[in-house]
Amino acid sequence: MLCAAIALIFFYAPVDADQGLSQKIFYFHVPIALTSYACFGWGAWKALLVLWKRKPGADLESYVAIHQGVIFGALTLITGSIWAKISWGVWWTWSERQLVLFLVLFLFYSAYFMLRFSVEPGPQRENLSAVYALFGVVLIPISFLAIRLAESFIHPTVFTSRGPQMATSQFATFCVAFAAMILLAGTLYRVELVGKRLDAHLRELRELLA
Amino acid sequence: MTAYLADVATLARKDLRLELRARNTVPAMLLFVVAALVVFHFALPAESSELAAKGLLWVAIVFTALLGLTRAFVAEREQRLIDGLLLAPCDRSAIWLAKAVAVLGFLVVAEVVALPAFALFFSGIDGATIAGVALADLGICAVGTVLAAMAVAGRARELLLPLLFLPLSIPVIVGGVGASVTDHPARYLGFLALYDAVFAIISWASFEYVVTE
Repeated sequence: MLCAAIALIFFYAPVDADQGLSQKIFYFHVPIALTSYACFGWGAWKALLVLWKRKPGADLESYVAIHQGVIFGALTLITGSIWAKISWGVWWTWSERQLVLFLVLFLFYSAYFMLRFSVEPGPQRENLSAVYALFGVVLIPISFLAIRLAESFIHPTVFTSRGPQMATSQFATFCVAFAAMILLAGTLYRVELVGKRLDAHLRELRELLA
Repeated sequence: MTAYLADVATLARKDLRLELRARNTVPAMLLFVVAALVVFHFALPAESSELAAKGLLWVAIVFTALLGLTRAFVAEREQRLIDGLLLAPCDRSAIWLAKAVAVLGFLVVAEVVALPAFALFFSGIDGATIAGVALADLGICAVGTVLAAMAVAGRARELLLPLLFLPLSIPVIVGGVGASVTDHPARYLGFLALYDAVFAIISWASFEYVVTE
């Protein structure tokens, strides 16, 4: 799927008249960003299950989803920064809302790992991680709003809306790329989950033996 | 409902009485915020605008609140007070509300000194700034109390709280700075009120899980 997306990106989608070849990074950057949101959302949903239904195993699933989200978030920052360098000539710009939001989220979810690794494993850690993950999913829209509001006193002129004006072939490519990213994230999520579960199982067996 | 409020009042009174007897937190916050303002005077070059100073006022407020929040649950953990509180026949969220009220009290005392000091050192303060500070205090205390309870459970404690709290305080800074430097503060005050409402609800609902296992 990923191969198909890459092929479509480079051979099917027309080269942007204005930005040229560099516009191709759009097909990576935006799907990665959306996938990252999806991971955070999924992690928060699993966190809710931890608190609400006391589902065993949901804690690990929530952690793995957020881990994937942070990895994809870091990739968003990197691809966004490359794109900014090529099209605006700077590595970082505070006027790009999505990038600033991802920076805030990246800091927030890095603190999630700090919290998780400073508490002993057990029911309390599950609860704390789950509550913090829920705070995160509430923080996403609030921060988005905040960054929008902040622009009016930090960058008074930036209030243009770039409509999603894409040609059909571009849109199709975008959809394929998005689906590919979601599948990639899903696969990585599965792999990491299986690994972590094996780890936990192995530890239990070792403890039984010891 | 009245029983709930009576529980909250009793618990908050406990914190205030502890503070009155030991005087650990509030004098530290007062000294910190005044010292921070003096540091900011030297951090700002002479030609920089009043707006920059107002931005720094918000930095001072958030860090002062952080100082108070770090101390908020220390007695609970070190002297195992939290076990007694959890055994008490009251709703767990009452513990959160009482602690948030106590921290809010400390923060307001610190600001009653800090805002006139700011006006003295830098520039005058308008009504919008005071309204912004009041609304921001509510949000900071609501969120901060839950995070402080989380942080004391970890090994790193004092180190952990700023990491947990600062990303969540960014919207408060945006709302507060917007309210104090722009000409139309109503939007920013509205945003702060929205932040307070959303995070107060989620903190109220989730505190029980933070303190129990």
